[in-house]
Amino acid sequence: MDKNPPKEKPWQAVRTEAVESLLVELGVIDSARVDEIVRHYEEKVGPKGGARVVARAWVDPDFKQRLLADGLAACAELGLGGPETEKLHVVENSATVHNAVVCTLCSCYPWPILGVPPAWYKSSAYRSRMVREPRALLGEMGLTLDPSVEVRVWDSVSEIRYLVLPERPAGTESCSEEQLAALVTRDSMIGVAKVTV
Amino acid sequence: MNGIHDMGGLHGFGPVIREEDEPVFHSYWESRVFCITQVLDTKEIWNLDEHRHEIELMPTADYLTAGYYGRWLFAMERLLDRKDIVRAPEVQRRVDEMQSGASITAPDLQGRGWPLAEESKVRWGAWRHDQSVSPRFAAGDRVRVRNIHPAGHTRVTAYARDKVGVVDRVNAEAWVFPDTRAHYRGENLQPVYGVRLAATDLWGPQAEADAWVYIDLSEDHLEPA
Repeated sequence: MDKNPPKEKPWQAVRTEAVESLLVELGVIDSARVDEIVRHYEEKVGPKGGARVVARAWVDPDFKQRLLADGLAACAELGLGGPETEKLHVVENSATVHNAVVCTLCSCYPWPILGVPPAWYKSSAYRSRMVREPRALLGEMGLTLDPSVEVRVWDSVSEIRYLVLPERPAGTESCSEEQLAALVTRDSMIGVAKVTV
Repeated sequence: MNGIHDMGGLHGFGPVIREEDEPVFHSYWESRVFCITQVLDTKEIWNLDEHRHEIELMPTADYLTAGYYGRWLFAMERLLDRKDIVRAPEVQRRVDEMQSGASITAPDLQGRGWPLAEESKVRWGAWRHDQSVSPRFAAGDRVRVRNIHPAGHTRVTAYARDKVGVVDRVNAEAWVFPDTRAHYRGENLQPVYGVRLAATDLWGPQAEADAWVYIDLSEDHLEPA
């Protein structure tokens, strides 16, 4: 992250600085608290949390059952949870069904499980196209689905959040849970990629 | 409201560009906007739905050029001004002073909407309440998404309106109805339904084969089909 922005600041940077300084002087916020939250999102949460959930579901069928029944409760078993996620539905990919998640109205995303969303997830192109032409878009993004596979796009416009449980790749039978977690990418948990070895 | 934020199905935005090794925040100001908002969300100043609606009210051209966190900044400034906590002219004066190197005018702490009066405090989140609801629809029911075009906030996407689908999942908890809470017209607690819509019903002859959209809708957005 650029903590020493160049002299020509974008207008957003200038206005943000003005608003923050006023909020601090008025006693509305404390900048140290803001710093803490920045560190939380930069260092503590992120797709590694979701990857642990996926890996556990791959190796522990009972956990997977609990995860599919109540995503948030199962994630809490691994110490994951927090603001912006009231209920979590986990949708499972298989040889016959492929799931992918979008929010066409804004950028709803399971922050406590995957961190803040990547820029492309919030982009106009993704939000506009994913519901209308998921096969074409996934193909452009490098994931070509067989015509026999049903595509399900979850437009998460309510307060319910979604996590895709990707398929466990072949050839990972001898992998430990930790090794499996290292294979799981953020994009596979949004449903725009598969997990590969 | 029918606005640019309701993007499902639009053409013309080109390819999806993915960045390798994308940082959590691309710049210092983005991290500040996001995290200041997180702090303000805990201060009982606004609720989530009015925050979202404020972003929707951004002029279309600005919405498309300000960047994701630029929209959040816009909403923050507008809400703080509307609640008389930080006034728009104060922000502009501070910007001008910072840019010209002039001495900084301290804000007057008196006579403004901060600290919040007890009756002005609102709950930001709490989308769900611990009380029972009686769902009108059950899984497997055919439902039509209401064809409504309210000028205010709504979570019914334009592409889904007037379409018929099947209830896939009943979220039988007491969820706040964003369309009314955004405007302080009540929480109207109700179930939220996952509705399965066929791509062919949404997009007609341009639909892809064997594709389905699942969308979560409040009970008030659905009627029997």
